[in-house]
Amino acid sequence: MEKFVQIENVGQTFDTKKGKFVALRDIHLTLKQGEFVALIGHSGCGKSTLLNLIAGLTKPTTGVLLCDGREIAGPGPERAVVFQNHSLLPWLTCFENIYLAVERVFSQKEGKAKLKARTQAAIELVGLAHAAHKYPHEISGGMKQRVGIARALSMEPKVLLMDEPFGALDALTRAKLQDELMKICEKTQATVVMVTHDVDEAVLLSDRIVMMTNGPAATIGEILEVNLPRPRARLELAHDPAYIDCRAAVLEFLYEKQAHVEKQAA
Amino acid sequence: MSTTLTMRGEFAGELPAKPETETVPVKPAKEKTMETHANPATQAAAVATANPLGEMLSNAMRAVLPPVLGVLLLVGIWYVATLKGGSIPGPVVVWQAAAELFADPFYNNGPNDQGIGWNVLASLERVGLGFGLAALVGIPLGFMLGRFAFLSAMINPIISLLRPVSPLAWLPIGLLVFQKADPAATWTIFICSIWPMIMNTAQGVQRVPQDYLNVARVLDLSEWKVVTKILFPAVLPYMLTGIRLSIGTAWLVIVAAEMLTGGVGIGFWVWDEWNNLKVEHIIIAIFIIGIVGLILEQALILLAKKLTKESS
Repeated sequence: MEKFVQIENVGQTFDTKKGKFVALRDIHLTLKQGEFVALIGHSGCGKSTLLNLIAGLTKPTTGVLLCDGREIAGPGPERAVVFQNHSLLPWLTCFENIYLAVERVFSQKEGKAKLKARTQAAIELVGLAHAAHKYPHEISGGMKQRVGIARALSMEPKVLLMDEPFGALDALTRAKLQDELMKICEKTQATVVMVTHDVDEAVLLSDRIVMMTNGPAATIGEILEVNLPRPRARLELAHDPAYIDCRAAVLEFLYEKQAHVEKQAA
Repeated sequence: MSTTLTMRGEFAGELPAKPETETVPVKPAKEKTMETHANPATQAAAVATANPLGEMLSNAMRAVLPPVLGVLLLVGIWYVATLKGGSIPGPVVVWQAAAELFADPFYNNGPNDQGIGWNVLASLERVGLGFGLAALVGIPLGFMLGRFAFLSAMINPIISLLRPVSPLAWLPIGLLVFQKADPAATWTIFICSIWPMIMNTAQGVQRVPQDYLNVARVLDLSEWKVVTKILFPAVLPYMLTGIRLSIGTAWLVIVAAEMLTGGVGIGFWVWDEWNNLKVEHIIIAIFIIGIVGLILEQALILLAKKLTKESS
């Protein structure tokens, strides 16, 4: 499907005490089914705002967003979100956190045994079967984020939205989770939109990188196609000329064309 | 996992008998000191138990000693102050009266002459009833005020107006409506314990982290699921604080209310003993009221700890 998610002429304006603040303007973007798209830009460029719009958590001031041919009117389980700070409910075990999502989506058609099997499958997908009955405060940050991903995937969403999912993790854990995410995406053929500020992460994971200009009134600056064959291996890519070119292109955009963040903001 | 690790760390020195811990390198040194004994294993066990026991004892001493000293000081001052006689009885007289009183706490010579046990229980029953009704009304109301801004804006001025009113001012209204002393006292307890429960529950609902509510929105959970799986567990600690404050106030107020309404109860008992001029009984009552209040408070703190530990 060529136009799975359509973002047409979308703008977002917030009312603040100092008057209107234009966060986003003139956003046009379409996503193909099964595509992995990264949103990258300096902080304050509205990449999370755009993700929230796709999630339906906020409504656009102008323009329209479509998912699978239908207008996005509010949040819903077909567009699952992985939050930056995992957002697991601390009073539920990992299993129960995922079960809550599974139950919401599938309980009308399926029995309890099937729902539990789905939950178990999701937790195994992220390699956490051994921690299923632990509470979030008993596991590490990386494990929590994996549970968050499992919760999102368990709903079999049409689109997986990730808001800097690995931003709070250390570099080694982040690399491990990126590899896992690539495997999972290959297995599930998920359509993913990921907000990130990590250039390597964007190039490694994405089919396309959407680079955003600095805010206020941010918009899409450039879109870079990452034509690297999959499956991708981190170590081999490090010396791949195509990988190095992509990386250079993103860096150039961020630090030459969109430099002087402080000056513009001031 | 982390707890077992710290356990190992703490007791590393005292558990030489356990083979698979990090204490293995320490083992030879420990055994050297025990060369004279026939059985190193039992000796090791003895060392392991003796040291923590000693530590526990000294910990207990540190915890118990200051409060005991404080109480002794209070009784001492009381003793010295009442040495020369006067209207306030000294500790010895009160102690003897208390021994007599508690020898038979549950006698019953008709409605106006019952044992101290019955009086305390009667007060607790009123508090329990009034407080329970207040919880039934106050907690759901608090939830609604926290959830719906319009309702909150509507009701909050009323609460602000009524909350500072002494609960005893409500007693005549209770007497008028119920035509009886007992339900009027219960009504007073109800009124005084409802405010903290409404306010704390509402505040708890308003302070539920946005992250959790976003989860609810993204999953598109039903209102029932939002309440049971997200709001209730998140609000529980606030609710328990409200309950603790309420029961404290209720126990404060019941004594005053019973003084006015009469019947059976610790408050009325205080008043009755004042009329009989048995001052030592009044002092005993003060201690009883204090101890019961303390127990109620501690029980709720314990309950709160248990519940929030399970849910966090």
